[in-house]
Amino acid sequence: MSIKLLLDKANVPGIRGYEVYRREGGYRSVEKALKMQPADIVEEVKKSGLRGRGGAGFPTGMKWSFIAKPEGVPRHLVCNADESEPGTFKDRYLMEFIPHLLIEGMIVSSFALGSNTSYIYIRGEYAWITDILEEAIAEAKQNGWLGKNIQDSGFDCEIYVQRGAGAYICGEETALIESLEGKRGNPRIKPPFPAIQGVWARPTVVNNVETLAAVVPIMNIGAEEYAKIGVGKSTGTKLISACGNINKPGIYEIDMTISVEEFIYSDEYCGGIPNGKRLKACIPGGSSVPILPANLLFTTAKGEKRMMNYESLSDGGFATGTMMGSGGFIVLDEDQCVVRHTYTLARFYRHESCGQCSPCREGTGWMEKILKSIEEGKGKMSDIDLLWDIQRRIEGNTICPLGDAAAWPVAAAIRHFRDEFEWHVNNPELCLTENYGLRHYADELQVPVSA
Amino acid sequence: MADEIKKEPPANFKVTIDNITIEVPPGTSILNAARQIGGDVTPPAMCYYSKLAGSGGKCRTCLVEVAAGSTADPRPMPKLVASCRTNVMDGMIVKNITSEKVPDARAGVVEFLLLNHPLDCPICDQAGECHLQDLGYDHGKAGTRYQFSRRTFVREDIGPYIQLHMTRCILCYRCTYVADQITDKRVHGIVDRGDHAAISTYISKAIDNDFSGNMIDVCPVGALTDKTFRFKNRVWFTKPVDAHRNCENPKCCGKATLWLRGEEVFRVTARKDEWGEVQSYDGKTGWICNTCRFDKKETKDWTIEGLTAISRHSVIGANKYKVLEVPDETIAKVMGGRAPQLTMDIHEVSGVNNPKVDLSELQRASKSSDFVQDPEKNWE
Repeated sequence: MSIKLLLDKANVPGIRGYEVYRREGGYRSVEKALKMQPADIVEEVKKSGLRGRGGAGFPTGMKWSFIAKPEGVPRHLVCNADESEPGTFKDRYLMEFIPHLLIEGMIVSSFALGSNTSYIYIRGEYAWITDILEEAIAEAKQNGWLGKNIQDSGFDCEIYVQRGAGAYICGEETALIESLEGKRGNPRIKPPFPAIQGVWARPTVVNNVETLAAVVPIMNIGAEEYAKIGVGKSTGTKLISACGNINKPGIYEIDMTISVEEFIYSDEYCGGIPNGKRLKACIPGGSSVPILPANLLFTTAKGEKRMMNYESLSDGGFATGTMMGSGGFIVLDEDQCVVRHTYTLARFYRHESCGQCSPCREGTGWMEKILKSIEEGKGKMSDIDLLWDIQRRIEGNTICPLGDAAAWPVAAAIRHFRDEFEWHVNNPELCLTENYGLRHYADELQVPVSA
Repeated sequence: MADEIKKEPPANFKVTIDNITIEVPPGTSILNAARQIGGDVTPPAMCYYSKLAGSGGKCRTCLVEVAAGSTADPRPMPKLVASCRTNVMDGMIVKNITSEKVPDARAGVVEFLLLNHPLDCPICDQAGECHLQDLGYDHGKAGTRYQFSRRTFVREDIGPYIQLHMTRCILCYRCTYVADQITDKRVHGIVDRGDHAAISTYISKAIDNDFSGNMIDVCPVGALTDKTFRFKNRVWFTKPVDAHRNCENPKCCGKATLWLRGEEVFRVTARKDEWGEVQSYDGKTGWICNTCRFDKKETKDWTIEGLTAISRHSVIGANKYKVLEVPDETIAKVMGGRAPQLTMDIHEVSGVNNPKVDLSELQRASKSSDFVQDPEKNWE
């Protein structure tokens, strides 16, 4: 049984309410933090090695230390709860069942950053969670954890929940800020970075829900203890939302020391693949990270066992590796068609592109149309190279990372499953009724049916 | 850290673009520094407009490679950067045409911009002064790899003077910045997102503002056109002259370019500089009001200063389209030297060259019936 820091109390009945949460040791971190200097808290988070849980994995303490502190200008903390990446639903679980954990983490972080007004920007589709959060905020306020002069410390803090209107792009931090300000959710051109000019041109830090929640155990157990969990630069615990062809889809908290193979096949986690099917591929970090075939998923190109942490998953770069991303773990069994799957993702990114810069606006639509024609058996062999060329010209040339996020899945699918694309082109009728399965592998793949 | 001696920043930053070094004041963008050098070193810009705050960064045609960030931090930037929105640093080394990556990325951007843009320049009113046409010629590739149907929109009238043809729009956002910054009430913006995003007004509301006509001048393509001029004449058949008048509107600069054919004023636009942007006078941008632009269509309204100097850089101006080889006239050979007997002189019948037809008086595009000399002969 691995260590649980975020979800250890998740199964206590009534943990959603303030009374039970406080009884179980909630808001201890705020009591502790308010006695410290804000700079010391930032230092503590730096020492813990906490990395942003939203996808990019940027060290949180370092991000906090970048915030500009001009005289007389308010600063803001914004919680990014616009969790829209296909396959990722960890923040929903946290906010829905333990809302006070996020509020607690936000109070500590607001104190550390000097934000007297903090915001939770939540995706519009999570309408019922908005109510849960607002109830939790009201409870916290009644009990003196929010509002004026929190616990007689002289620190004022208010948290407001702002609902989005249903756009994936608003998960990008500058688009989120634009949307929070009431404008169209277009990403801003950086620089200036939000740490200098964010919400209403004030210094702003935007953090993921899980990142802010993780501040609570860091304060409770101390940075040194937290840093001992995990390996190398992947410290602490990470929530993984597992879905796809597995026996037990759901949210799992891992301490980043287990292997990918164990995660999929052990009964403590995903519990293997149903119906005795074999594993074909996996997207370990949400839809935008590169897909990996089963052989590269379990062992890296160097022949090492691939572990569930930031470094190991990205071992080998994009050629033979992938990314930890946001922890949206999508498993594909042998019956899944990679072409169809890639088409579905391309359709998503086309739909969600904001239309501001031309490579993403035009390129995502083009890729979707080509993938659709290959999927329908109308593709040409040259289309595969064309797709590669399009994704290459989108990646890195856009304002925000959505262009990269749209390009990577297509690139990885062609890189690892080119034979499947070619089979679709060569068998235009067969591909409509049959799947390519596991024919990529010359040898029978040695994949256990269950652990 | 505290002991670090902060050097006084130099008054001017030295920046090297394509091996040409220039000194510019801090806060200058790479694009503007390159414009000071001029020539091929200057990256093309489709969305950036120096007179509109906040513009730029969207079309990605001005991408350049930064080989060294600054003297203090000489690391290269990992990605290509939009030169219009990246400020120079002291000691920065920029590669534009000398870069290996830039021409490829730029050709990609041109391909993306032309993906949903109709390739029908011969019937487009903007041809000859279209920035996308020039860009496509200079940086694009012949032929398209796109095999799907292009997005189309219905033409929309926004106000009595401006027509919006969204099909041709490349979403540079310039007109929305004009609507935001030089007009009073904003009813104009972007609706929808992604490749179906569209410029629109609030429920087809007319843009009713004295300066709305400037949206036509900033549009790099033929998406926003002057309804008093569209399809009246080809721009290269008209003669541009600089003229001015004492405009009653205090915000209007009264300096304009008249596009003449004979004595007829076909169209009035603001004066453009060498980058295709509206000129500035004493630091103020020379926007013109709708009265000057749409209502003063007679030479007597204006004091003409003289011919406008036009840089012959455009596709048509520089005569870049190769003239097709004219085939040998075979009729004379076949007919043994005799000329064919004409049964009808088409010019006489159609009357398109009739000097009595005053095209600028028309409130719409011209039709064949406008040229009929003798109503009896109307065979339409």
